[in-house]
Amino acid sequence: MFLLRSLAVLFSALASLTIAVAALAADLQSLVTNLTAGSFGDRETAIGALAASGDARAAPILEALGAGQLYVRTSDKLVVIGKPSGNQLTLTEAVSGAAAGTATESELERVRVNNRLRGIIEAAVGSLTLMSPDARVRRGAADSLFKRPEPAALGPLDAAIAGEKDARVKQAFTEARAAVVLASDATVPQKVEAIAIVRDRGDREALSVLQGAANNAREPEVKAAALAAAETVRQTLAAWEAAQNVWYGISLGSVLLLAAIGLAITFGTMGVINMAHGEMVMLGAYTTFVVQEIIRTSAPHLFDASLLIALPLAFLVAGGVGILIERGIIRFLYGRPLDTLLATWGLSLVLQQAVRSIFGSSNREVGAPSWMSGAFQVGQINVTYGRLWIVIFALIVFASLILLLRKTSLGLYMRAVTQNRPMASAVGIRTPRVDALTFGLGSGIAGLAGVALSQIDNVSPNLGQGYIIDSFMVVVFGGVGNLFGTLIGALTLGVVNKFLEPYAGAVLGKILVLVFIILFIQRRPRGLFALKGRSVE
Amino acid sequence: MITRFLWQGMGPGLRLFTLLVLAVGILLPLANQLLPPTSPFHVPAWVLQLIGKYLCYALLALAVDLVWGFCGILSLGHGAFFALGGYCMGMYLMRQIGSRGVYGNPLLPDFMVFLNYKQLPWFWHGFDQFWFAAIMIVLVPSVLAFALGWFAFRSRVTGVYLSIITQAMTFALMLAFFRNDMGLGGNNGMTDFKEILGFPVQADGTRAALCFASAVALALGLVISAAIVGSRFGKALTAVRDAESRMRFLGYRVEGFKLFVFVLSAAMSGVAGALYVPQVGIINPSEFAPGNSIEAVLWVAVGGRGTLIGPVIGAFLVNFGKTWLTGALPEFWLFALGALFIVVTLLLPKGIMGLWGQIRDRSQARKAQGAKSGAEKARVPA
Amino acid sequence: MRSTSALLYLSGVTVSFDGFKALNNLSLLVEPGEMRAIIGPNGAGKTTMMDVITGKTRPDEGEVVFDGKSDLTKLDEADIATLGIGRKFQKPTVFETHTVRDNLLLALSGIRSWYKLLLAAPTKAEKDRLDEILTIIRMTDQQHMLAARLSHGQKQWLEIGMLLAQDPKLLLVDEPVAGMTDVETETTAQVLREINRSHSVVVVEHDMSFVRALGVKVTVLHEGSMLAEGTLDQVSADPRVVEVYLGR
Repeated sequence: MFLLRSLAVLFSALASLTIAVAALAADLQSLVTNLTAGSFGDRETAIGALAASGDARAAPILEALGAGQLYVRTSDKLVVIGKPSGNQLTLTEAVSGAAAGTATESELERVRVNNRLRGIIEAAVGSLTLMSPDARVRRGAADSLFKRPEPAALGPLDAAIAGEKDARVKQAFTEARAAVVLASDATVPQKVEAIAIVRDRGDREALSVLQGAANNAREPEVKAAALAAAETVRQTLAAWEAAQNVWYGISLGSVLLLAAIGLAITFGTMGVINMAHGEMVMLGAYTTFVVQEIIRTSAPHLFDASLLIALPLAFLVAGGVGILIERGIIRFLYGRPLDTLLATWGLSLVLQQAVRSIFGSSNREVGAPSWMSGAFQVGQINVTYGRLWIVIFALIVFASLILLLRKTSLGLYMRAVTQNRPMASAVGIRTPRVDALTFGLGSGIAGLAGVALSQIDNVSPNLGQGYIIDSFMVVVFGGVGNLFGTLIGALTLGVVNKFLEPYAGAVLGKILVLVFIILFIQRRPRGLFALKGRSVE
Repeated sequence: MITRFLWQGMGPGLRLFTLLVLAVGILLPLANQLLPPTSPFHVPAWVLQLIGKYLCYALLALAVDLVWGFCGILSLGHGAFFALGGYCMGMYLMRQIGSRGVYGNPLLPDFMVFLNYKQLPWFWHGFDQFWFAAIMIVLVPSVLAFALGWFAFRSRVTGVYLSIITQAMTFALMLAFFRNDMGLGGNNGMTDFKEILGFPVQADGTRAALCFASAVALALGLVISAAIVGSRFGKALTAVRDAESRMRFLGYRVEGFKLFVFVLSAAMSGVAGALYVPQVGIINPSEFAPGNSIEAVLWVAVGGRGTLIGPVIGAFLVNFGKTWLTGALPEFWLFALGALFIVVTLLLPKGIMGLWGQIRDRSQARKAQGAKSGAEKARVPA
Repeated sequence: MRSTSALLYLSGVTVSFDGFKALNNLSLLVEPGEMRAIIGPNGAGKTTMMDVITGKTRPDEGEVVFDGKSDLTKLDEADIATLGIGRKFQKPTVFETHTVRDNLLLALSGIRSWYKLLLAAPTKAEKDRLDEILTIIRMTDQQHMLAARLSHGQKQWLEIGMLLAQDPKLLLVDEPVAGMTDVETETTAQVLREINRSHSVVVVEHDMSFVRALGVKVTVLHEGSMLAEGTLDQVSADPRVVEVYLGR
């Protein structure tokens, strides 16, 4: 009650003194001084006066006061705002904003407030910022009023709406006004109209405003309208949440795609099960780490380009190792897929232990370049740049691979060898070379995946282990020898995994996906998009 | 008929080997129990524990060889059957602790009290009786194997796909058993066992008995496997391994064959796991790790797949190497293991038994050469 | 299901792989006790036809009836084999790691269930039958040799022997004399004629002298359907057959 009354005083003062803003500006210094002296009651008046001044510079001062960061320097009675740095405070002059050196707590006297004052300060800041020249600050004021609507803000809001040129800020003001209407003693038709406005806003805050209105409504029509609107908003939110899960699923699917596509090539083309495939990914991730370490020490300004530098290197490192594996081990085991499986498993152990000996077994720091940090909103979906870039990257890699297979002669040879090895050899294709290059290609792509994965996962010798089973599931589910199958398989598994997660938890979700694939394989042993015909046997 | 069935499969070499296994299982425990510790032939308890562990591994390897070497199913998930049998035994042993646990609850094991369980989950009932636990040890892995096999073999999933599925199965089980809300010990597993069948688990006498039991189990496994493999069924089994679709065209229900050996082998693995747990004193979800199953396959590969002696030898050799290397040069062990996989598949596809066979063939050929040239010399006129 | 006196009845059978029609509205009748030769250029659908009959491939359309009562489109390989259809493949598929005798033992009709196989040893009757077959295929001396060590022609005969051991009502023989010498080819024709005395046989072959030596009714397949039927002389004179075999 007291609060409401003070606020009513504040806002009406503001309305009537809007014209006198300019005249009062010069008095900011004296107003601030009044702020620091006297009792809490005096302080309250001073706050009101500051608010009524309409001076934008008053806002940060009041904010600092509310946060307990407004001080008076004992030595010269200068009013300062102090921000902690270490065990000292960095000072800025309250009125001018100029730097004022540093000091310890003992050299300053804090201007104290109590809880009631804090509420008043918050409202005051809100009213000041409604008139702020900065559009973002105005929007912020509208948002905070929307979340905590005060009936007394109705007048100032109307004035603000009338004078507002920015469409988005105007919309924010309108919504805040609607929330204020609902919290006040407006007429039923006014409230129903306000409900519609709040409903159209459609986010979580709108939902809580509508729920609050439904709870507090004394008129049945208002209550019914509020409940109906809340339901609509709930459904909208659920739809957005599903869309968010789809986005997460696509993101996870793109990671799976990157990890699995190399395997799809080696498994599809050569029928070789490479259990060391996960280690190729790991090598790519460690290449990224090494590149970043070198950049950090010798060329720090190149950090943002570190991933781009790491990409071709990771491809070469992983691809090179892949070719070595093929020439050294796999070549001798053709026609014995189960033995290849075992030999490559042993290889994965060797590679893991080798990396462990060189780099240690703990996680290694791989940082994100600036263009991969941060996020933006699409409707109600939160999209991080990191994930977005990985999705784009995965699609680029996929498209390049399709182009490679369809348009280049290497791709032609690879497809020939997949479909009919003896015949390909008979027409003069050097199958051993194609094999080596194919394996190198598949491993190289795994290396690229490692670069991407270093951004979202811990870089440790065990990195590969986490992806090997998932990659196999993707390849087996999507259909061996079919790249599009791998794409669809990866995205499907990613989305399914993410949709199961809220209900079953991450671990149980994974288990369910595994069980699902085991059952799926019974029905379609060759996967979603299998190659048909006699020669595939 | 049963005895003829059991004995028909065992050639003289295999019979000797089985007796050797039994001898180890009898002599070592006796040397521990009867000889004083000062005697040079005294076998300390830790040796009994180690050998007992190896014997259990050997039984697991035998089970893997049965499905892989003789039926062509490369199962990369047999560790799951081993672990399931181990967990059943673990549950029995946990119930035996009774009120001697840290929390002193006569019914609920410690980890349940810690997690605020109010009563025993339904699937724990019955495990305080050994006969029930014994049935479960055989039944649980068998049922899982039956379910997986029924779906997989009927859909004609073979080769690499089947191997991947078995991997996925053991991986999924590992994830599940790591969850703390399953009521099976979570990531800590089950340990701190006190008694088995009334005897203290850590006592020398119990260790001796368990070592003996493991040897008997292995010997039995050998006898049964040999009987199966030596019968007409065994011939059909290897034919299924080599040319499955041809067998179908001959009218054989190939799925039935595979299912039978798969389930039998799972039961054997379960028994091996059950004997393993009281000897090592703990069972936890890492037993389900995919790597364990693949290591078991390596034991068979090293020893020689498709033989019965091979897997036993392989299991002993590789695990002995592991025990020694992880003690002496721990970082080197994983290198050695990985290299072993590569070397065995590339250079020793028939394993040690294959090598032994080659040496024997060559010496026989040389003897035949020697006899021939001797005869020729005799024919040369003086 | 049409009731028919024919042993093997195919009607309107169509099989397509990804749009390519391997069998196109194929109709065929084989009477009990008959031996039939099927000829046709490569890709005519001969092996696919065998795949359909033995249950390896399911037809997209059409009826396949055995012995007037069994719908073969609904059964799998093992069931069809048990009904009494035996197949010998183009490439000899004997069990390489087993001896000649064991190969025949495995093929021997009778026990197929695994629990019987576990406990039973071969009976005297079975042993006699094995000896008999070994004599027919002229391989008594090699009976304990590993099948992997046999020559190509010997493997073909072993497969025929396995087919005999299976004792099916209908034998499907896919290119039995491929890779054989003239002497072996002549012997094979004799063996098949002997077998025909108590079994029905369908032979797929390219070798015209062999087909002539058999002296039976010939069906010509082309592009998945039947082109002509009759004696070898009749079909050889048919202008459509000439065009297909000799080109335009």
